[in-house]
Amino acid sequence: MKFKHESIEINAGLLIALTMVVISIGGLVEIVPLYYINDTVEQVDGVRPYTPLELRGRDIYQREGCYLCHSQMIRPFRDEMLRYGHYSLAAESQYDHPFQWGSKRTGPDLARVGKKYSNEWHVAHLTDPRAVVPESIMPGYPWLMEPLQYADVADRMRALKFTGVPYSETQQEYDANVAKFGQDAADKLNILRAERHLVQQAQAGNYDGDRSRLTEMDALVAYLQMLGTMVDFSKYDEGYFAEFR
Amino acid sequence: MSEAKTKQQGAVQTTGHAWDGDIQEFNNPLPRWWLWGFYASVVFAVLYWVVYPAWPIGKGYTTGLFNNITYTVNGEERSRHWNTRSLLIKDMQEGDEALKTKEYMQKVAAADYQQILADPDMMAFVRSVTKGLFGDNCAACHGSGGAGVMGLFPNLADDDWLWGGSVEDIQATLTHGRVGYMPGFARTFNDEQLDDVASFVLSLSGHDVPADKVARGKQLFTGEGGGCYYCHTAAGTGLKSQGSANLTDNIWTIADVQGQTEIAGKVDAVKNVIRNGVNRVMPTWQGRLDENQIKLLSVYVHELGGGQ
Repeated sequence: MKFKHESIEINAGLLIALTMVVISIGGLVEIVPLYYINDTVEQVDGVRPYTPLELRGRDIYQREGCYLCHSQMIRPFRDEMLRYGHYSLAAESQYDHPFQWGSKRTGPDLARVGKKYSNEWHVAHLTDPRAVVPESIMPGYPWLMEPLQYADVADRMRALKFTGVPYSETQQEYDANVAKFGQDAADKLNILRAERHLVQQAQAGNYDGDRSRLTEMDALVAYLQMLGTMVDFSKYDEGYFAEFR
Repeated sequence: MSEAKTKQQGAVQTTGHAWDGDIQEFNNPLPRWWLWGFYASVVFAVLYWVVYPAWPIGKGYTTGLFNNITYTVNGEERSRHWNTRSLLIKDMQEGDEALKTKEYMQKVAAADYQQILADPDMMAFVRSVTKGLFGDNCAACHGSGGAGVMGLFPNLADDDWLWGGSVEDIQATLTHGRVGYMPGFARTFNDEQLDDVASFVLSLSGHDVPADKVARGKQLFTGEGGGCYYCHTAAGTGLKSQGSANLTDNIWTIADVQGQTEIAGKVDAVKNVIRNGVNRVMPTWQGRLDENQIKLLSVYVHELGGGQ
């Protein structure tokens, strides 16, 4: 049968299907090879999936729409390096589903905000930003002081496990995690004990400044204090990460 | 009518379709400038593929030719095909800004504080570089102008210092951090005693408070009952080594005395601090900032408050 352009033009279904094929080519040729090129994700120690408490914090981060104003992606430019620290690595968001790179910086980048400010500062700032930063235009989030719902945290971890994040359920998976992330981290990645570890971490970290309550603030501050702190950059020389590009 | 039009533009071909019997579509050639632009971009693309990393091949990719970036890491020269990370390393090492900053940094590193403070050129450098450092690292708590937050973070823009205001003191504060601790006296004093001590404290800075309360408060302040004088001294002037406040100068950083208009409110503000105590932490910046950055910040903070 001879191909005729007219048959596409007069057949709306075929036109839609072929249009989608054509416009997806640009994306596919840029994205697909990254899945099998060796150097896409850097070889680096320390990056682990989020603990149950951090995971709840990340969910709240998404729920409140933090990503609409805050990026988590430090680009390899001089000005960003001076302000925010080392540029972000692909490896650092490998367990993020979805990633929180963002595309808009109304507020500062948060990729390395962890350990930069104290827990008290975060609590004061999230409750009422202008109490500590008078010129801030960030809205306040006082309702974060409400109790954290975490009964479903194991299910949330299972959902992420389904996408490939190595949370463990069987002994075998747990052992693999111990080998990969160390005993301490592996314990926290155990789905079967998720709730216990969530409470433990909140108690030990005392993120919202009140050990008697387990609030959403605990989870969000735990998440923020972890951001960008997993990789110890002093272990790698200045040129190391350039070798992966 | 359509027939007449077709005749007028007879030189242009049609696409060959005909709808509703006579509706046809002209097939005009592309403008020449556009066509040349198109060919030029094709040529550009081919050159780009050759020079820059472009095509994925198996587990690797074409890395580009004639376009290596050379930089030095740990004294060893490295060369890498074009990529933004290597560009950044090179820019941080050899860029115009980097070289200029480096030159001044060396000058500042070699100078002592007296020399820096006396040299307008070096001070201009300190102000321009450190404004960013301060904004990024210090302003979150102390405010971008260093005015602090009442009750939480000290004011750096005045000339009153808890831990000393010489450049060396500020450097020590930045390097090692500080723990500003005062115990709470909720269990030691009853409400009346709290009232007395607060009155005595306010009398030190010339507030008009009942003399009998002041007398009883002084007993507690300077006696073993309260022991306030351990840190604040019997005269209430504070100790630099403890970071304890001078209570005689009417400058307040934790109890918001200035914010209250009535004397009862002022007493309450001071009472609250005595009751609950103070627990403030200035983190250590060693490790997060390098030695020179701390040096620059020390000078900058000293300047902010017209240090001692």
